[in-house]
Amino acid sequence: MTDKPLLEVRNLRVEFPTREATLVAVDDISFHINAGEVLGVVGESGAGKSMTGAAIIGLIEPPGHIAGGEIIFDGQRIDNLSNTEIRKIRGRHIGAIFQDPLTSLNPLHTVGRQIIDTIITHLPLSQKQARTRALELLKEVGIPSAEERIDHYPHQFSGGMRQRVVIALALCADPKLIIADEPTTALDVSIQAQIINLLKGLCSQYDTAIMLVTHDMGVIAETADRVAVMYAGRIGEIGPVADIIQQPKLPYTVGLMGSIPAIGEDVERLTQIDGSMPRLNALPSGCRFHPRCPSAFAYCAIERPELIEAGNSQVACWLYDKEKGQGKSPAHGLQKTHTKAVSKTTTQPANTLLQVEGLKQYFDVSPPLLTRLLERTGRKYVHAVDGLDFTINRGETFGLVGESGCGKSTVARAIVGLYKATDGTICFDYVDDGGLDDKQRMQMIFQDPHASLNPRWRVREIVAEAIPAGTGSTKQKITARVGELLAQVGLAAEDARKYPHEFSGGQRQRISIARALAGEPEFLVCDEPTSALDVSVQAQILNLMVDLQRRMGLTYLFISHDLAVVNHISTKVGVMYLGRLVEWADTDTLFSNPQHPYTRMLLDSIPDLTNIGAKRSQVGGEVPSPINPPSGCTFHPRCPFATDRCKSEIPIASSVSGSSVACHAIEEKRLPDWKTS
Amino acid sequence: MSDTSPSTKAPGLFQRIWQSDMGYSFRSSKITVVAGIISALFVLAALFAPWVAPHDPYDLASISIMDAFLPPAWMEGGDARFLLGTDNIGRDVLSTIIHGSRISLGVGLASVFFAASIGITLGLISGYVGGRTDAFIMRVAEIQLSFPDILIALLIDGTIRSILGPGAHGNISFFVVIAAISLAYWVQFARTVRSTTMVEKNKEYIQAARVTGKGSLYIMFRHLLPNVMGPVLVIATIMLALAIVTEATLSFLGVGVPPTQPSLGTLIRIGNDFLFSGEWWITIFPGGALAIMGLSVNLLGDWLRDALNPKLR
Repeated sequence: MTDKPLLEVRNLRVEFPTREATLVAVDDISFHINAGEVLGVVGESGAGKSMTGAAIIGLIEPPGHIAGGEIIFDGQRIDNLSNTEIRKIRGRHIGAIFQDPLTSLNPLHTVGRQIIDTIITHLPLSQKQARTRALELLKEVGIPSAEERIDHYPHQFSGGMRQRVVIALALCADPKLIIADEPTTALDVSIQAQIINLLKGLCSQYDTAIMLVTHDMGVIAETADRVAVMYAGRIGEIGPVADIIQQPKLPYTVGLMGSIPAIGEDVERLTQIDGSMPRLNALPSGCRFHPRCPSAFAYCAIERPELIEAGNSQVACWLYDKEKGQGKSPAHGLQKTHTKAVSKTTTQPANTLLQVEGLKQYFDVSPPLLTRLLERTGRKYVHAVDGLDFTINRGETFGLVGESGCGKSTVARAIVGLYKATDGTICFDYVDDGGLDDKQRMQMIFQDPHASLNPRWRVREIVAEAIPAGTGSTKQKITARVGELLAQVGLAAEDARKYPHEFSGGQRQRISIARALAGEPEFLVCDEPTSALDVSVQAQILNLMVDLQRRMGLTYLFISHDLAVVNHISTKVGVMYLGRLVEWADTDTLFSNPQHPYTRMLLDSIPDLTNIGAKRSQVGGEVPSPINPPSGCTFHPRCPFATDRCKSEIPIASSVSGSSVACHAIEEKRLPDWKTS
Repeated sequence: MSDTSPSTKAPGLFQRIWQSDMGYSFRSSKITVVAGIISALFVLAALFAPWVAPHDPYDLASISIMDAFLPPAWMEGGDARFLLGTDNIGRDVLSTIIHGSRISLGVGLASVFFAASIGITLGLISGYVGGRTDAFIMRVAEIQLSFPDILIALLIDGTIRSILGPGAHGNISFFVVIAAISLAYWVQFARTVRSTTMVEKNKEYIQAARVTGKGSLYIMFRHLLPNVMGPVLVIATIMLALAIVTEATLSFLGVGVPPTQPSLGTLIRIGNDFLFSGEWWITIFPGGALAIMGLSVNLLGDWLRDALNPKLR
């Protein structure tokens, strides 16, 4: 190991002057990255991790600016370089990959043009040589038939392929460091695995260092060599990945790790860090985590802790200070409570609440009549949901999982009556639910807590709107009821006077739940209720939902793309692929003994926290377009077990060892047993 | 967006507005402050015209033909009583401008109000209902957009006048002008509201309201309307300037408000006849007043657009 690190950040401070006060987004942080090393930077939104990355490549948006400290890259100080000088380093020596592959490519140029331009800017190559190099790069990042694809425009690529192009773009000048800011967040799990493997492989091949900024602990676990945990603009803990994940020292890291639901672990409640990250204009004194920290003692509020050695890692926490933390040990409040959950399978006789039969939902996306006549094309339909059967019993939580575009959300909207089903029946409590009747017994919780509350309404109006206009509902009664509902979801009655923008994401989701509960429903449809939230807040919401279910006997349809979350909360799980259920079973059965090849692939592609540095197996290919789904079994193009029969014949569900599976290979007993690990 | 909520109750309403982000962005733009002050002066002058104006241009008893064509006070032959000179029948130009702005502003505000009401309603329906209703309303709007606004206003003005006949001309011509201008300008409102509605209606709070079983009209006017008002406010300000100018144009062409109650446009038309005989003040001063009024309202509109658009902040 060389003495000099590739990148050294010393006491970096990034400020945003605003009218009221100067906000400090990154406050006095120091770290280094060695050549060829992967440093993971984790933290919840607002922790300042992206800002750190932007500071290194000199891309902080004004009025933000670096207010102190220095950044030394390869022996040269780069934080005070002029714009022209930093441009020579940016792209040449430091590459960048951003979160959204849809917007990080120019839609008006072919991908080849963009890569070639970047190469020519940084390397002394001719147009022709640059093109050859671009082709090599595209092949390396795994773009099939690169010779042809090089002249295609970004919109002709899928999300995963586009992110590959972005990686090629970042690699094209053979940089020494890549700043990857949430490179996989916008992608599906199966694609995520492909991209992570690619990034890791290429970097070890070229000996490129990566600063991997993400909120996803799983991605960090399998990629990073060292991890820095950030909280409210400070580094809380930094050290080797194994230490951070297996023996976290900082109470915040302990809580963060505990709040991630994991498959194979059966806990009733997730660890919960109360509260949320403080806003930058209201930072607490001393240690910024102390108001949420269960092990905090008086001194934590007085002085800010600096990073000190603790084992293999460095921790900024007074608990590990020899004098101040004497006799104190980290509280165990944040460790996972390993109480075995009550058996998830319901013992009471099955009492069907919702029955969906042959549900089909097509959307007409045909071009206008004139175009159809001129081009002699027929009508086009998106087969969002294509023949779906399932039942949900009273008191159950039915989890519906699948990748984006598989029709999960459409199912939710069809059930609550936002769409009129093309075909099939939805029976609620044995009554055919034709339209928007029965509204009070069935409610919905939405994904985006920022869009699901009317920004111009006060919380009181938002919640009161959903209270049924019964007889004699006076103003006092409604106010009392709103307070009661808010109390149920853990908010104060005074919050009713505020507007939605005064709340954090998690609190907004609580308001959303309060609104859904207003009509005293029996059945809640939850469409990705936690996917827009940070993990520690997600744990709070999931715990709240479990509590409410127990208290009120609610039935949930829980839709998510996150298998671990579904595993945690559901009693039954259905796996959807391109508008069809490919497998459904009790949660325990499905996760311990998955049958369908697609389910197995999904389970395989989940990053495993216990398996540090391990490669995850990939699902090849991507989800096809639902406008023109593959014939027969829709999964056959990606399935390693596909035969000619799979290409022509739609599989019918049959019962195999406790699960209902729709797969020819299983029927013909061609499928090997699920790895017994 | 930073917190604009009134967290403390102690400061008064004015102080709260002054301290808010809007107030700050107003204060920090000097040109906007100037435009605001000028607009406020016009509004005040228009409101209190009978008390502010040195003479009453409608009081025939106080007008003397002997005072006709007097130049502004600082010029040779000027009269201290008439600061900006007098017109062809001896009316004080300053007073007619003050009274004229009253009519110009009144017509402008009224027509923007009606144009906005029509436009918002049709835009909401068009955006929310969609389909054929949307296609129909928008085709009508597009046909109308393919003609110059002033032509549309002239056409509507002429049509109403010919229906009502010449007898009713005097008293109702105010309302005819207002109707003409508002029917010419509803399209801009409708289009803006429609596009905002189409964005907002796909947001989850609208779906949440639908799941609660609320009807379309309720959702349109209780949920969507407050959320589309931002852009409406912006174009309303810009349209106000346009409406004032349009009214002046109509009056200049002789189809606007009657000459007995002259607006700025009427004054310009009257003065136009004497422009070449040397009495330039009769037309230049009302023209200048009109230009300044239009400009300052427009600047206010521009500021409002920037202040309400979080992207430009």
